[in-house]
Amino acid sequence: MIARAPQSSRDKILAKVREALPQSSPLPELEATGPWQTFEDPEARFSEVLKFVGGQTVHVKTVAEADAHLRTLEPWAKGKVRCTMVPGLGDTTFDLNAINDPHQLENVDFAVLRGHFCVAENGAIWVTDDTVHHRVLYFIPQHISLVVPASQIVNNMHEAYARIKIGEHRFAGFISGPSKTADIEQSLVIGAHGARSLTVYLIDEL
Amino acid sequence: MSHPALAQAFVDNRERAQWHDKALWFVREKRDRMAASVPEWELLRETASGIKRHTQSRMAEYLEQFEANATKNGIVVHWATDAHEHNEIVLSILQRHSVKRLVKSKSMLTEECHLNPFLEKHGIDVVDTDLGERIVQLRKETPSHIVLPAIHIRKEEVGECFHEHLGTEKGASDPNYLTEAARHHLRERFCQAGAGLTGVNFAIAETGGIVICTNEGNADLGVGLPKIHIACMGMEKLLPRAKDLSVFLRLLARSATGQPVTTYSSHFHGPQPGCEMHVVIVDNGRTEILKSPEFRRSLDCIRCGACMNTCPVYRRSGGHSYEATVPGPIGSILTPLQTPEKHNSLPFACTLCGSCTDVCPVKIDLHQQLFTLRELLDNKRLIGTSKKLSMKVVSGVMSRTWLFNLLGGIARTSLRFMPRFLIYNPLNAWGKQRDLPDAPKQSFRQQYAERQKQKGGGKS
Repeated sequence: MIARAPQSSRDKILAKVREALPQSSPLPELEATGPWQTFEDPEARFSEVLKFVGGQTVHVKTVAEADAHLRTLEPWAKGKVRCTMVPGLGDTTFDLNAINDPHQLENVDFAVLRGHFCVAENGAIWVTDDTVHHRVLYFIPQHISLVVPASQIVNNMHEAYARIKIGEHRFAGFISGPSKTADIEQSLVIGAHGARSLTVYLIDEL
Repeated sequence: MSHPALAQAFVDNRERAQWHDKALWFVREKRDRMAASVPEWELLRETASGIKRHTQSRMAEYLEQFEANATKNGIVVHWATDAHEHNEIVLSILQRHSVKRLVKSKSMLTEECHLNPFLEKHGIDVVDTDLGERIVQLRKETPSHIVLPAIHIRKEEVGECFHEHLGTEKGASDPNYLTEAARHHLRERFCQAGAGLTGVNFAIAETGGIVICTNEGNADLGVGLPKIHIACMGMEKLLPRAKDLSVFLRLLARSATGQPVTTYSSHFHGPQPGCEMHVVIVDNGRTEILKSPEFRRSLDCIRCGACMNTCPVYRRSGGHSYEATVPGPIGSILTPLQTPEKHNSLPFACTLCGSCTDVCPVKIDLHQQLFTLRELLDNKRLIGTSKKLSMKVVSGVMSRTWLFNLLGGIARTSLRFMPRFLIYNPLNAWGKQRDLPDAPKQSFRQQYAERQKQKGGGKS
């Protein structure tokens, strides 16, 4: 067990910090709209950046159109274990409600998941844990698709943080592209630990 | 061993040293392109620096606020004054839950605390899951770079290592093939783990949560499957507001690897249902650095590695020559501040070119601190005699105009006429891998005087 009581370390550290504090300095103001980068066509920029980081964007009118497109994707067609969080888009091949241990999701080949909005500057999509049964669904499937209403796109991260309430979800995050690594001689390899591909459906009527 | 001695071994392999240099410069160029594509880049750096300065000035308050809010979120907050206490806390959490297998994502803090050997000694199987970190772990090495841990290793060597440990084909060195093998190997480990440990990129005081950035998704898999998540953070990771993240997430990946943002920027604000989440806040010498007006800004570092990628000394001497958890310019400040006796050569592993300061996303005055640190080491009498002696000689020459002129004249003449073997002798360290420039016929002083005379002549 711990030799010293944790409480005392806490007090010791805080006392030392108080002793060391530099002169006060103002906290910079941060407005959502400011001198920050915006784009004439945010969606075009989003698609371009997402492509650059290894993902693809598909803009369709309806869920049915997205579903038709999804069925043409090889990873989806070949995937045996699939699930979807968007009714009418793809299918679920197992009983999601029966999963009580995230380890049981180890073999998921393809998951269709919800994203809330896109960020044009960096190709990121905001996701939260309330739209999935287990948060590993964003990370453990071999391939994922994120489905976002086409109107939901912001220019930059400042606008992004202005529209989300950080802390209301135990897990939330930005996902930008499929999982990747360049740890072997700086060669980019897609599909490190997480998804090997990311397809983003921007849907007009969602 | 001193930095020059260790760097010698690295540059002796000329071909590898050049490859290393190029690989890092490639990353630096990617960073430049990204920075140039954001018109308000300088404003972002300025703002980030301002936020950090403010946070430091209210560090105690924000730490307490973070603790209170994190506790409300169901996170257990621990405090560790030093590496030993940090390691004990982590071990006690694991032991309480009889965890035998731990998966880790990148955490320079746990490297600093030497957590892995400590846990292994207590019978816990520790697997680093970042691909680069797994490679160095299997090779029984330490990371040579904070963002690119295996940047010093050739793909053929990774192939050999994986052949031995993961059973890949002998002689295989294709990065796609090797990464795929690691994916399978590590998936197994993720699924077997009883706990996941991560570092922390940012901790938010107002919301009591933490943010972890990875490209591989290893942190998220590591903490998404087991029931226990332990996150270890140096106290300087704190930010006051959630919206401050907008600034730092825009800067971090662009500065680190030249990406618009990391693939996964995950915000954790509490354990999954039925699970536990712990945050360990570590001091380990940070309050001492906070005390010092000259060096406290080094605590602003967000560990992007840009200063390493750009540093001419780091690129040409390799991360291991620093014998430090954090190498490169920022490591040459942080490490000697903690262990000046052992790391007294690091502030001299620097040409004072200032490139690190130019690229630092939070505007740490790196090269100035390195310069100041030399003085501090001198005051502590921690500078070697040969270095002291040469500095004395140079300052003696520089402060006497006649002597400087005399020696300059001798050098200009003799360099032109002396045979090569006399100039490139073992005493001339500067001539080891390069030729000296051709000696000019005149000194700058002479040229200047002549020009002035000509100008004056033209006027009259």
